[in-house]
Amino acid sequence: MENKTNWKKYIFSFVITAIIFATAIILSNYFANKKLDEIRNIQDKIAIDILSSETQFSLLEESSCKDVGVGTLSTELGGLEDKLSYTESQRGHNDPEVLTLKRYYSLLEIKDYLLMNKISDKCKKTPLSIIYFYSTDDTCNDCEKEGYVLTNLRETYPELRVYSFDYNIDLSAVKTLISINKVKDTLPAIVIKDKTYYGFQSIEDLEKAMPELAKIKAAEATTTIQK
Amino acid sequence: MSETTNIITYIFLFLSLNFEVFLLITYFENRLEIKKENFGLVPEIKKYLSVTIIVPCWNEEATVSKTVYSLLNLDYPKDKLKIMVVNDGSTDSTWQVVQKFKNHPQIVLHSKENGGKYTALNYGLSNLTTDLVGCLDADSYVHKDALKHIMIHFQNKEIMAVAPSIKLWQPKSILQLLQKVEYGFGIFTRKMFHYMQAIYITPGPFSIFKREVFEKLGGYKHAHNTEDIEIALRMQKNGYKIAHAHNAIVYTIPPRTVKKLLKQRVRWSHGFIKNASDYRDMFFNKKYGNVGMLILPMAAISVVSVIFVSTVSVITILQKLWSGYVRFQAIGWNIHWSGWNFDWFYINTQFIAIVGIVVALGTISMILMSKKMSEGKLDVGMDLIYYLALYMFIAPLWMGKAVYNALFKVKTSWR
Repeated sequence: MENKTNWKKYIFSFVITAIIFATAIILSNYFANKKLDEIRNIQDKIAIDILSSETQFSLLEESSCKDVGVGTLSTELGGLEDKLSYTESQRGHNDPEVLTLKRYYSLLEIKDYLLMNKISDKCKKTPLSIIYFYSTDDTCNDCEKEGYVLTNLRETYPELRVYSFDYNIDLSAVKTLISINKVKDTLPAIVIKDKTYYGFQSIEDLEKAMPELAKIKAAEATTTIQK
Repeated sequence: MSETTNIITYIFLFLSLNFEVFLLITYFENRLEIKKENFGLVPEIKKYLSVTIIVPCWNEEATVSKTVYSLLNLDYPKDKLKIMVVNDGSTDSTWQVVQKFKNHPQIVLHSKENGGKYTALNYGLSNLTTDLVGCLDADSYVHKDALKHIMIHFQNKEIMAVAPSIKLWQPKSILQLLQKVEYGFGIFTRKMFHYMQAIYITPGPFSIFKREVFEKLGGYKHAHNTEDIEIALRMQKNGYKIAHAHNAIVYTIPPRTVKKLLKQRVRWSHGFIKNASDYRDMFFNKKYGNVGMLILPMAAISVVSVIFVSTVSVITILQKLWSGYVRFQAIGWNIHWSGWNFDWFYINTQFIAIVGIVVALGTISMILMSKKMSEGKLDVGMDLIYYLALYMFIAPLWMGKAVYNALFKVKTSWR
């Protein structure tokens, strides 16, 4: 048994604890950077996809709709959105990295939206898209709820493209999109076929606003029965 | 979490981890000695000192006989062991029940007016004739080898008191199994404090003292209903050495209901806070070695940190539950299970999560070591799961209440 204060042990345990803390800091920074890299990679991939589709579209402008169907649009926007919102919840709304990634993501969404409209025009189809404006501050009580509805809808109808934008993001392209659609700051706001809906919209509300979704559902049900 | 909450959490995590590391270093430094003690490779007992065990009882008609029988069953020279039952003005039939022992050569019976446990102990101390004295609450039982294990430590003349290991008597319910882990953990930490010469509680059941402790330092005090903390602190303050005999087992009956458990723990925590406040000059005082520089400050910090970390955790869990409710409100049961693929991206790799895992692993390994020390085997049972899942929600209740009582001068009671 010891009688005195074990200073050596105090220093030793302090050093070990400091090493564990330093390792944890290094590890968490390493993983955080890895995650940011992954998001950047996905964004780059989407950028390439969009550019490729645009190019393809220009090349085949005169050709039939079959060659430039909706299938040419990037499939990774939904996954990117999930990862971005997870990162936002972890690092905070005001994190500079998050803000940069969100701006880039918003631009990609607008480009994808424009491209989809062009393709739909060419194929004479109604564009199956929703533009959703939310806000991360405390003023929007229903935004979290609306987010769940839209994620669920996107999972139910992979053909549906949901473009979500932070209403307050500092990006002129988004501001333009807001002014074109004359969206007021009563959030959540959803734009479907040039019509803006304010406040919480349930799955049923949205399915009603887009009767095409019901057709998809019916078609899927028929395929299942035939199988 | 806000920035301030994060910083406070980091500080508490650092302190907890630092303390865990300190305990683990102490364990690895002394593990061979613990092994030796486990295998009985300890010096022979050269002289059996005479011992009086005081059994203070107040309304213990149901358990007092079993307690006395367990003392009579101790493997210790009969002429060296005296049992003194002190009836502290019981209003039930305790006094009648103990009459069956009145002619037993080892047992003396005393009855006095009710005055609280410490008065019953002091009454016993005033009638003392033996070298050593201890107490056994009338809701506890001793293992027959307990006193021998304790006596081994008294072979070292510098040792003035020896604390035993306390285990629960037949824990069955979830609440009791949870306490079983806690008591096991207590055995581990007390043994480490033994090596640091920093034991600051000589538990009520079966801590054995040299008579001169009370002759020189005076008898027990009311000490906010926790005289076992006060006497240990008084001894530490006067440089008296306290040892821990981890093989000396005392069984105690655990509270059966949450209400009773809370009452007991509020008394303990409140007693610690008040006694620590009475002995505050020992804090960060080099004169008192590890107990002043590390153990007492960490025990005090742990009260605050448990309340803080648990409150933050409960708020986080409630937020998650609320989110789940909002999600349910929004989409009902329309969940796409097939969409749940494993993606490392969603594993929480934040600093706080990594350090939290390290601290949790440290705690689990100490619990396992304590299990090995107290039960002789390494097993992961439901008790550990109950402890890990529930303790952090229950402990802040009594700690919070104890802090409240201490701040607003609310008195605690025994029952």
